Amino acid sequence: MPRINSPEELEKVRQEIVSRRDPSKPCISICAGAGCMASGAGEVIAAFKAEIEKQGLQADVNTRETGCPGFCERGPVVVIYPEEICYLQVKSEDVPEIVSQTIKEKKVVDRLVYVDPTTGEKATRESDIPFYKNQKRNIIGSNIKIDPKSIEDYLAIGGYSALAKVLSRMSTEEVLEEVKKSNLRGRGGGGFPTGRKWEESRNAPGETKYVIVNADEGDPGAFMDRALLEGNPHSILEGLTIGAYAVGAHEGFIYVRQEYPIAVENVTIAIKQAEEYGFLGGNILGSGFDFTVKVHQGAGAFVCGESSALMTALEGRAGEPRPKYIHTAVKGIWDRPSVLNNVETWANVPLIIHKGADWFTQFGTEKSKGTKIFSLVGKINNTGLVEVPMGITLRDIIYKIGGGIPGGKRFRPILTVTSAEICGIDPNKVLPTACAVELIHSYSLVHDDLPSMDNDDYRRDKLTVHRKFNEGMAILTGDALLTKAFELIAENSKITGISEKKIVEVIKIVSNASGADGMVGGQVADTFLVSKTHTDKLVNYIHSHKTAALIKASVLAGAVLAGGSEKEINALKNYGEKIGFAFQIADDMFDVKKDRVNYSDIYGTKKSERDTNRLIDEAKKSLEVFGSKKEILSLLADYVVTRKN
Amino acid sequence: MDNDRIDQIIDKHQCEASSLIQVLLEMQRENHWLPKEALERVSEKLQVPLTRIRHIATFYKAFSLVPKGRHEIHICMGTACHVRGATRVLDTVQDLTGIKPGETDLESKFSLETVNCLGCCALGPVMEVDGKIHGHMAPSKTADVIKNYE
Repeated sequence: MPRINSPEELEKVRQEIVSRRDPSKPCISICAGAGCMASGAGEVIAAFKAEIEKQGLQADVNTRETGCPGFCERGPVVVIYPEEICYLQVKSEDVPEIVSQTIKEKKVVDRLVYVDPTTGEKATRESDIPFYKNQKRNIIGSNIKIDPKSIEDYLAIGGYSALAKVLSRMSTEEVLEEVKKSNLRGRGGGGFPTGRKWEESRNAPGETKYVIVNADEGDPGAFMDRALLEGNPHSILEGLTIGAYAVGAHEGFIYVRQEYPIAVENVTIAIKQAEEYGFLGGNILGSGFDFTVKVHQGAGAFVCGESSALMTALEGRAGEPRPKYIHTAVKGIWDRPSVLNNVETWANVPLIIHKGADWFTQFGTEKSKGTKIFSLVGKINNTGLVEVPMGITLRDIIYKIGGGIPGGKRFRPILTVTSAEICGIDPNKVLPTACAVELIHSYSLVHDDLPSMDNDDYRRDKLTVHRKFNEGMAILTGDALLTKAFELIAENSKITGISEKKIVEVIKIVSNASGADGMVGGQVADTFLVSKTHTDKLVNYIHSHKTAALIKASVLAGAVLAGGSEKEINALKNYGEKIGFAFQIADDMFDVKKDRVNYSDIYGTKKSERDTNRLIDEAKKSLEVFGSKKEILSLLADYVVTRKN
Repeated sequence: MDNDRIDQIIDKHQCEASSLIQVLLEMQRENHWLPKEALERVSEKLQVPLTRIRHIATFYKAFSLVPKGRHEIHICMGTACHVRGATRVLDTVQDLTGIKPGETDLESKFSLETVNCLGCCALGPVMEVDGKIHGHMAPSKTADVIKNYE
């Protein structure tokens, strides 16, 4: 490829690339980011190549290995263009079917598309999946469209046009003004205004200045920068070069951790390509501006993410921080002015130049503009990367995008606490009772696992109590938990505002729900009566008692302790009954046990889904009396069907 | 590690003292540890005092001044992996290999290290063996993975 020597030539090359590409030709994009690779994307990519060859389709379909689109939870992710069909958790066994169905016949393989856990609706296109739909993907959205190892892919989506604009039509002052106007703030955590940092370096004395990309992303749980550098390295280089032009630097560094081998590889390739095309090196795009970039790998020192330590490391020494009486923007590497920005900050720069500061400032809050990428990890349903406007609430990120919190372990006490709160008292006042219902739930699990019951060796990846200790100990543990629960409820009377009369009523509610008229009754029916024929009546009995009774009691206990009105208590009773029943059906759908009544086995998955959805709707409707206060209970009802265990 | 190879690596980095860390990283990657003689060669070629090289080799976690096993196990103890049970994975690996983090077994089969985040948080808990990442590790799965290495 000959060097590109002017913005006009760049446009010509771009048009030539685009015209060579047939937009209607199918293209299979497979995420080759670190997350998907670890989930087996490598095998999937190989399988696609083999299958396309086997079916003789090499000329009719393209494959593309892309960067991370963010939905790591459901990787490996495959998107098929031009229809934008998104397949999740694809395995190499699925590949022949995808090629013969989707590529050849233009049919969607239903079982691989996203299914909304709440509504049961399928979403075929990436943009219809709630995880993506509720985001604003200005930066990371490009990842799935390009192969990070192909500069042509980047050019095809308009890459390097911001650089061309800067070098041909903007003075260095104008670039600086645009970035200042955009109010872009550092994405590494400090939030320092980027334009001001650039200006400080620009005005600092000294001929030689540096610009640096901080990709020493070491904070546990964060991998936003990794995804950008792996998935779209040219956008970082473009941003860095624009920054260099604005501050007057001719050398740049990318400091990247060696723990990110794919990022190191992709950015090294990108630099080489950019040099060949003339986006880096001497006389860039014929403008007379020179700029070179070097990759420096970090050797495993967390502290090197800090600016002065990072710069010391770049000098080839032990990366120890030094006092910063003078900003590194003025005295950085070898005491020369050095602008250090985070990967994501640099990624924003080409967008701001290309689309303008006014476009950028429409996103975000008054003081912080644009979007921000977050990594959602740990105990959340949809782990992965999300890009959202600044100022979004944590609740929206966790529930609307992240799909809520998994677990279910503490579901019952949350119900008690929330229903107390909704009836108007401080939720802390019912904590002893909330703990009590969880103790009863725990005792039922310990006993349930016993050899004479379900005979389980593991629960949530840990040995069950009778396996870890012995059967006698397990029985006694259960007994102790059960009795302790009632002691705790009795203790609850010591808290002001909770009368003994209410306590007695709660003890009655909870013991009734746990005993022969509740959970135990349901278990007896479930364990000892099923092998005979099961009638609808029996199924109904089991499902309204085994699990549902205690859930309902958990809701009621909170309301009674809070002194809720008759209307409120009735509403919550109804709510508890419905979500309890739905909880049991949902349980049956993902946990099939032998010799037990299983709702979805008897009535089918369709009806099970329909019934749970109906019950959840009814449960939510009964919350109307609480007005806007109902929100958390309403979310908890949704959680019943979206949870994973 | 022979001197010719060391010289090649140094030449690749234009004999610049500021590339010291990059040179050591490449040596570590190839040889899995940094022998004393090799460091002396680097010191001579780059004109950097040996004390400074040792300062760097002990400061950064990626370097080892003692021989490593044939297989390097890294267990992620980052927050995301931690909350999903990384300690149980570490316990299992310790039981299976008989070594603690930072150690190498007597047969030089495994070396064990903990790391603070590999950036594969969606797959936690994560274990990396010789650069290959294994996700969603449970104690039993850990044993299956370890068994496959000779």
